[in-house]
Order: sequence, then structure tokens, then C-alpha cells
Amino acid sequence: MKLQNQSLKYLSISILGIVILWGIIFYINTLNEIKGSIDEGLENYKRLIIQNAKKDSSILDKSYFDESFFSIQRMTAPKALAQKDQYIDTEIYMQDADDEEPEPEPVRMLITAFEINGKYYQLKVANSMVEEDDLINELMKGVILLYSILITSIIAINLIVLKKLWQPFYKLLDQLKGFRLGYHQELPEINTKTKEFADLKKVMDNLLKHTIKTYEQQNQFIGNASHELQTPLAIVSNNLELVLENKTLENSDAKKITETYQIAQRLIRLNKSLLLLAKIENNQFMGSHNVSINTIVAQTIDDLKEIIEFKNIKITIRNTAELSVMMDKSLANILISNLIRNAVLHNVKNGKIDIAIMDETLKISNYSMSQKLNDTNIFRRFYKATGKPNSTGLGLSMVKAITELYGFSISYTHENDLHCFELTFK
Amino acid sequence: MKILLIEDEPQMVNTIKDSLEKEGYLVEFAMDFHSAIERVFVYEYDCILLDIMLPNGSGLDILKKLKKENKSENVIIISARDSLDDKLEGLELGADDYLTKPFYLAELNARVKAVLRRKELNGKNSIEMANVVLEMNNHELLVNGNNIPLNRKEFGVLNYFLLNKNRLVSKEALAEYVWGDHSDNSDNFDFVYYQIKNLRKKLNDSGAGIRLESIYGVGYKLIEV
Repeated sequence: MKLQNQSLKYLSISILGIVILWGIIFYINTLNEIKGSIDEGLENYKRLIIQNAKKDSSILDKSYFDESFFSIQRMTAPKALAQKDQYIDTEIYMQDADDEEPEPEPVRMLITAFEINGKYYQLKVANSMVEEDDLINELMKGVILLYSILITSIIAINLIVLKKLWQPFYKLLDQLKGFRLGYHQELPEINTKTKEFADLKKVMDNLLKHTIKTYEQQNQFIGNASHELQTPLAIVSNNLELVLENKTLENSDAKKITETYQIAQRLIRLNKSLLLLAKIENNQFMGSHNVSINTIVAQTIDDLKEIIEFKNIKITIRNTAELSVMMDKSLANILISNLIRNAVLHNVKNGKIDIAIMDETLKISNYSMSQKLNDTNIFRRFYKATGKPNSTGLGLSMVKAITELYGFSISYTHENDLHCFELTFK
Repeated sequence: MKILLIEDEPQMVNTIKDSLEKEGYLVEFAMDFHSAIERVFVYEYDCILLDIMLPNGSGLDILKKLKKENKSENVIIISARDSLDDKLEGLELGADDYLTKPFYLAELNARVKAVLRRKELNGKNSIEMANVVLEMNNHELLVNGNNIPLNRKEFGVLNYFLLNKNRLVSKEALAEYVWGDHSDNSDNFDFVYYQIKNLRKKLNDSGAGIRLESIYGVGYKLIEV
């Protein structure tokens, strides 16, 4: 859920609460105010009636409600003395324009007692009251209207103001999404006066700078270490070659030295691969040519012709398109020859390899001695699917590093006993 | 044949010197920039093996000076730096070859021989051993004058051995030679073995006076019978 919508969610819920509470308070206050004002009117009416009654005793006979909205009844002295001014809400039958027959309508009534010439009377004065349901209805309408206006304006404000305010944040986020360690090293750029975003940018810059530095140092270290190992490894390997030429070696010694020599060769290969990987990741291959994938595929297969014949592998190439890519020539060679060599090397005797070159993809499928490979691990460094001790486990990670350098993608699938690598140059 | 080795690592000097002396060359060496300059311009050498990173200076500067004197064409750069820029610069300055450390001694031999052969300029582009002649120009193997057909890899392998007469060529060196740079699998050895087997059969059947001898299971050696 987007931040904007989240804030909208909480705002709309809390505003609903506030508006409802406000409606209730407003209703109670209004009702009290109305009653107070009616009560004052009733009090005044009462005084007028009593005054008039003193002058005109015929009023005292008015024992039911009619147009003048009051009634007077005789009552006993104790009752009258006990009677205090009492305001009640009650109903009286009334009829107005839209009523077909009289209906009970709410009224405010003052019940009081008075004394004229030693006689006690009970006085009921009524005044029509606002209908509470009507009031509630009106109020509800008002509340709903207010609520919708509030929400619409909040959405509008969110859309316009917040979007504008958060723009630097989203810009920063977009740039961070595109940030790839080791590729383009420019730090994300935003212009903002908002303190929080400026802080965020500062913190992120520091973090990124630190990460980039660590990454570079690490890469440099691998590169330097591999490089420094070259000469010692050369000495070890060449010395062993010289010793092995010695005719007077005991067979058992020769066996030990041979083993050592083979280990040294493995170290050399490993070191070379690491160095190459470090160089790819350090962007040291800057050349950019229009490289024809079709040509490289054909060349690689020609290079391996004798081995392919030796293993009796059937190769089918489907050139459905001329595929050219802008990239470093030697990296293109490493990329494709690593894949094809793998397909040949891991193939079975009398196996087959299908190569399809399409508009943007190169697909290499082959039989293999191994089962389905672990597709999340095969591109990791030092991962060896076959468990062959002599393999460095760096061939496919080299492929991966090259594809990442150029933004290509490589995927592995396994279908009908065919291992399939698909390289997309896009 | 006189070879100058310019290299600052003493053990490396010893090893390369030993190996080249086995080939019958006279090897002199220089271990820093100044003594290298001195030697290069005082004496004549048939081949110079030049390391790039030297105390007091860069091997590429020596190469620049050699180029000015038109003496850079018999230089083989041997460097631990496997950078394309270095390679291109070195070759642009007229170096004949660029060999990255670590290398097989057999590979060094082959490269040195190539330089020396070009220098001899006797118009003959073939290698001979006993009754065997390997013609480089038309990729032919002649035994007693008879043409023995070889496939591309067999020709390459035999050439490699002929450049390393009586020397050990390890299976790794061969595998790298036939399989290319990224040979990191032991399966290649099967193929190497198969090539050797075919080659042996062809040499034997044609009555060649040379033979491929196995050395302790680590590699092979081409010897005269």
C-alpha cells in the first residue's frame, strides 16, 4: 500500500470519528438551546395567562388544548403546593398542511400551579417543538456532506501537495532502484529543501560511498592478490617441470611431483579465472565493437571440431537471425565459448547440442551426464555441479559477470533431459 | 644463439635460464632496469625475454628505446600483467610476442623458437627431426618424403612437440594448446590422450624415426628412436 493511501486510510477513519462526535455534541447542544429558548417562552406565556386569568376568570374554565395551546384545571391545595414548575417533552395531536388527520407531534410543555382567590389551578402550557428525528436527519445529512467534502479535499490535497512534497523521495527511490554496485558509480542526485529528504540523501550517500569503497577495495584486493600470485605460481610450476625432466627420478618421487605439478596447474587456472573475473567486475574491458554472435558461435565450434568429432556429438545450429551485439570482443568470446565448451565438455558420448540464434537470444541446449542443475546456484562462484575436482567452478560465474556487465540476462532450464542455457542480449 | 633474460625475480631467472640452457642457448640475464639497458645496447642478442615490471623502471621503456634502434622485433614480453593495454602497447612497440606468467616452459620454448626461426630467415619454413619434416606453409608431415595426412589438431600437437624436442610437454600444456585458454576440466585429457594415440600410430606406421615417450604419467617427450 502506498504511503499516500495509508495516510488517507488513517485520516478518513479518524475524521469519520471526529465528525460523528462533533455531530453528537452539536445535536445535544442544539437541542438544549432550542429547549432553553422554548422554556423561556413558556415561562413568559405562563405569566401572561395568569395575569389574564386574574382579569378574566373565564380563562380558568379552559380545560383542554385548543388554538391557544394551554389548559387549566382545578386542583387541590396540597397537590398544588407540591407542584413545582415542570418542563416535559410530550406529544399532542396536531394537524398541519401535509397531514391528512391529526398526528401526535412533539411539544414542550410547562406544568405549573397557581392560586387565584384561594382556589388552586393546574396550568399546562405547550409549545410545539422541533421534531427530533427531523433534526437528526438534517444533522446526519450535514455530517455526511461535511465528511465527503473533507475526504475529497484531503484526497485532492494528497494528490497535489503530497505528491509534490514526496517527489524528491520517489526520485531518490527510482535512482536507488537503478543503482548497481560496480557499474555506474554516480551517486543518486536530488534537489530538495525538505530536511528529512536532505538527511536521507546524506545518510544514503555516506552508506553508498562506504559500500562502493568496500566493494572496490575488495575487488582490488582480489585482483592484486591474484596478480601477486602469478610469479610465485610460475616459479613453482616451471621448477616442477624442470625436476620432472630429470631422468634419475625415483618412480615414487615422480608420482608425488606429478601430483604437486597438477595441483599447481589447478591453482594457476583458478588464479587466472579469479583475475579475469576481477577484471570483468572492475570494468577493465572497455572495448566496444559490433560483434557478430553468429560468427563467434561458428568459430568456437570450428575450434572444437576435433573434440566434437571425438565425442561424436551431433551439433545443430539454427541461424534464424543475424545477431550482432555491441560489446568487448574478447568478452564476447569468453561468454560464448564458455557456454559452448560447457555444452561439449559435459556432454555424453554420441550426444547432441542444439544451438539457436534468434533476434535477441542465443539458446544452447545439450545432453549431459548430470541431472538437472540447481538453477540458483550454478552461476555462483566455486559452485561445482559435477563434483569434478579439477574444475574451478568459475566458468558460469564468469558468464554471469559478463552478462551483468552489459545488462544481458542468462537463464537455465532443464527439459526432456536437455540442459538449456538461454542468453538474452537486451 | 644468445638470449637475454630481463627479469627481477631470482628464482624465475634460474628456472628460465636452466630451461633455455637445456635447449643449448647461451643465456645472460639482467635483474633491473639500468643493467638491462646497459646489456641491451652493448651486446647483441638473438632473442630478449623482457619482464615489464622492473626495479627502477618499466620494461616498456626499454622496449621504446629498442624500437628507436630498430631492435625490438626479437623481444618476447613475459609479464604477470595480463592486461590488454600492456599487450597492445608491447606489440605496438614492436615486440614479437607477449607471454603471460605463469606459462609452461614448453610454451616459452615454442615462442622463443618462433622468434629465432624468423631471425634465421633462411627461407625454409619447416622443422626437421630424424627422417621427419613438418612443413609449416602447407601443413604437411613428410616421413621419408611421404606425405602423412594429419588433422588440424594432430598437426598442432606434433608441431608443439617438434618445438620442444627432447623436452617434457605436460598434459596440461597440451590440453591448453588443443583446447584453448579456458581449459579447466580433466575431460580434456581424454582427448589429448586420443590425439597422442593417433599420432603415435601414424608415426609408427610410417616408419618415422621419432617417438612420443610417456614421462611419469605427467606428460610426453618427443625423442629420436
